[in-house]
Amino acid sequence: MSESLLPEGWELIVGLEVHVELDTKTKLFSGSPNRFGDEPNTNIDPVTLGLPGALPVLNKHAVELAMRIGLALQCTVQPCTFHRKNYFYPDMPKAYQISQYDQPLNVNGFLMLPGGVRIGIERAHLEEDTGKSTHVGGATGRIHGSDYSLIDFNRAGVPLVEIVSHPDIRTSEQARQYVSELRSILVAIGASDAKMEEGSMRCDANVSVHRVGEPFGTRCEIKNVNSIRSLGRAIEYEARRQYDLIESGGTIRQETRHWDDADGRTHTLRTKEDADDYRYFLEPDLVPLDPGNTWIEEVRAALPLLPAQRREQLAAITGADVESEAISVVVERGQDEYVAAVANVGGDAAKTLVYVQQAFAELDAHPHIPAENIAALTLMERDGKVTATQAKTILAEIVEQGGGDPGAIAHARGFEAMDYSAVEAMVDAAIAAQPGAWEKYCNGEEKAMGALVGAVMKTSQGKADGKIVTALLQQRRG
Amino acid sequence: MSDFPRTVVDIADAVSQKKIKAREIVDDYLSRIEVRDSEINAFNYVTADEARSHADAIDADIAAGKQVGALAGVPIALKDNLCTRGIPTTCSSRILEGWKPPYDATVVSRLRELGVIALGKTNLDEFAMGSSTENSAFGPTRNPHDTSRVPGGSSGGSAAAVAAGFAPVSLGSDTGGSIRQPAALCGVVGVKPTYGLVSRYGLVAFASSLDQIGPFATTVTDAAVITQAIAGHDPMDSTSIPKDVPDYRGAVTVGVQGMRIGRVTDLPEGAEPEVTQRLNEAFTALEKSGATIVDVQLPSFSYALTAYYLIAPAEASSNLARYDGVRYGMRSSAPDVNAMYGVTRANGFGDEVKRRIIIGTYALSAGYFDAYYGKALKVRRLIAQDFDRAYQQCDVIMMPTSPMVAFPFGDKVDDPMSMYLCDIYTIPTNLAGHAAMSVPFGTGAHGLPVGVQVLAPALGEVPMFKVAGALEQAQGAK
Repeated sequence: MSESLLPEGWELIVGLEVHVELDTKTKLFSGSPNRFGDEPNTNIDPVTLGLPGALPVLNKHAVELAMRIGLALQCTVQPCTFHRKNYFYPDMPKAYQISQYDQPLNVNGFLMLPGGVRIGIERAHLEEDTGKSTHVGGATGRIHGSDYSLIDFNRAGVPLVEIVSHPDIRTSEQARQYVSELRSILVAIGASDAKMEEGSMRCDANVSVHRVGEPFGTRCEIKNVNSIRSLGRAIEYEARRQYDLIESGGTIRQETRHWDDADGRTHTLRTKEDADDYRYFLEPDLVPLDPGNTWIEEVRAALPLLPAQRREQLAAITGADVESEAISVVVERGQDEYVAAVANVGGDAAKTLVYVQQAFAELDAHPHIPAENIAALTLMERDGKVTATQAKTILAEIVEQGGGDPGAIAHARGFEAMDYSAVEAMVDAAIAAQPGAWEKYCNGEEKAMGALVGAVMKTSQGKADGKIVTALLQQRRG
Repeated sequence: MSDFPRTVVDIADAVSQKKIKAREIVDDYLSRIEVRDSEINAFNYVTADEARSHADAIDADIAAGKQVGALAGVPIALKDNLCTRGIPTTCSSRILEGWKPPYDATVVSRLRELGVIALGKTNLDEFAMGSSTENSAFGPTRNPHDTSRVPGGSSGGSAAAVAAGFAPVSLGSDTGGSIRQPAALCGVVGVKPTYGLVSRYGLVAFASSLDQIGPFATTVTDAAVITQAIAGHDPMDSTSIPKDVPDYRGAVTVGVQGMRIGRVTDLPEGAEPEVTQRLNEAFTALEKSGATIVDVQLPSFSYALTAYYLIAPAEASSNLARYDGVRYGMRSSAPDVNAMYGVTRANGFGDEVKRRIIIGTYALSAGYFDAYYGKALKVRRLIAQDFDRAYQQCDVIMMPTSPMVAFPFGDKVDDPMSMYLCDIYTIPTNLAGHAAMSVPFGTGAHGLPVGVQVLAPALGEVPMFKVAGALEQAQGAK
């Protein structure tokens, strides 16, 4: 779709602002727990509520996680300051958000998309989250027109990092890849669980279109994009809307637009003229933050391998294509180390990759299934002791039981591979019983083989190895 | 009872040596308040029951031979912008009427641990904005020396409480002179410690980069003792200085032999002649005690007032934005949330507070920031540089605290500029983050008290208390 989105000579320009909640025990400026899903207004304190006289104290672990993000995105980590961003909203307890402005913690990084496209990172800065409003009554679910609003301050003060990309993204597919890759990195470095559905990762898209060779067009910021799929849809809709408007002689206004996932459109939220003047100024209740080289290097040294490096490693071990789905899925789940562990105890790495991709979706990053069990199963399948179908059944049982000797399971289920001569006899019997099918097969109708294989499988009650049956039929055809 | 202890030092000694019960001390001060505070209006709220039970608990501990705090039995009055758990904290504003903090300010809990007994909350200019205590929503405080005159401000209630003998000591806050100026006008000692020496946690913020808590007392020693008690690092305040506190009480009696006292030759004019005379007498007295007088210049001094009236309102406009009627304090009803903000703040704030919020909002606005707030910050740096140069030549600087003695009610309240000029000599210390105090030194026009101000560099409390002690001694010898 993205290829046909805009006509030849037009280009889509996208920059993304991604907010991620950091996986800290406590809030950015107070000791209240940072925990999703608790009873409303239980994780609060004078600082969280912005009570008169309360003062913020910076959470060191939040700074460390923000530094990890910066370093994983190849940013420069620098001495920085905090500013107040002033605006009134009921779920903003102090009527200002403590954020970073002209001196953010992380600047000038980049992220490589799996296809090799480099997306620049302008900055990744620390700030506090707001509370969460629920507007009750009214048609839109927004504050205007509602009967009343409820505010949960549990989220207020939760540490966020806002990651701002350069406008280097050219297709909706790249935007999806960017968010997906960013998400993998954030999870891999333990900075955030980055769940868009729970709001611990939120994405705003700055979208514009222009004719190639001309300056960038006026951009619109799209908010309320709640999944990677919606992000692609919202960008495509918005690009087309802007193109149509320009082509019909209109001009794009700089504005913030709200993505409505149900009707698949964006709507004006506020125009530039209505935008708040945030009156940023240096937060006088905090002192400048200089992480210092020692700390930066400690954090850098402790960074785990990033997903891109892990995909390469896994591809090298298994021989699979680095851009294949199996590689990306298994690394995404963090189960690549497990594949390596199975290979280490003598398992067939390629088969292990397939097993893990297909059967480990419900398991966590470090499955508690003995690697030896899986290794043994890959060898049994490779050596023809069990069929692929039988191996799948045995694998399912091992996963369900949290482990098990595949040989014993095969025995218990009667999965002993059939004697080769017995299979030969069954093949010959099948040919004799279905001369029509045999003749067609011999005349080059490959489809006709199905009936013959099916007959052998029926006679053997599924115990014959399909590959061997096929090989025997081909052999007899000559 | 002629030998009834009236100073912090005497009370603490008498109580710990069982010469008098803490309850007797508290009852005496409470009866003084009862007799005369209807006239003075120093207190917004008297915590008589809590004070009596606190005193009884101390007496019980002493009777049981238990260890009590070093200042056990000493009563104190607290400015009503210091948070006190379960006790109304109003900042003399309608908008906080009825609000009871769920926590104690750090200074309040530190004093309580030492056995200091809170008598109540004292009146102030609303949110500490003013120099006469006429801007209180609960009526002005009167000067005990002449009840037709103001006590100064904004800590007028705390100054008057000590001057009237309602408490041996009190706490105020000083953002631009709010401790030193009322101390001068009420004839008591008032200390503005170095920024960061005393924790601001629980002090309702006016201008966070300038606010500092300090004591009022009848003697320099008492002021030193209370400063000592409340000083020291607090992890709850990020701007708190992580250093050990030296001995202030001991410094008071050391003398000034060999010290260099700065006399500012380019000081802005406008002080009443008697005020200048007293200052000159103070220099002479110190010279007699062995100090050297050194002429110094502070060329940027006259710009301080203008810079202050941009920086302080700018911070205030942000600090006071939280009073929006959403979570606590007053709420006026209106059809929607934006209207509710407007009507709540219109009804809840007085004129001076509104004036400063408007000035501050303007100074921080896009397009005006550089010309106003940005420039004010530059002036602030120049003033600090001026002081740095001066302090290469001298240990402390002396100048008037207030250009005038206590003035009649209504004299300046409708003319903000003339009111702002009350703080012309006190503001530069706040901008530099330095220490300063006012020491009573004779009388001026109408026989009213005059204060001499002793200024010291950051963490220069020891030389400051030496000079203040010498001034007090010279007074007694006269």
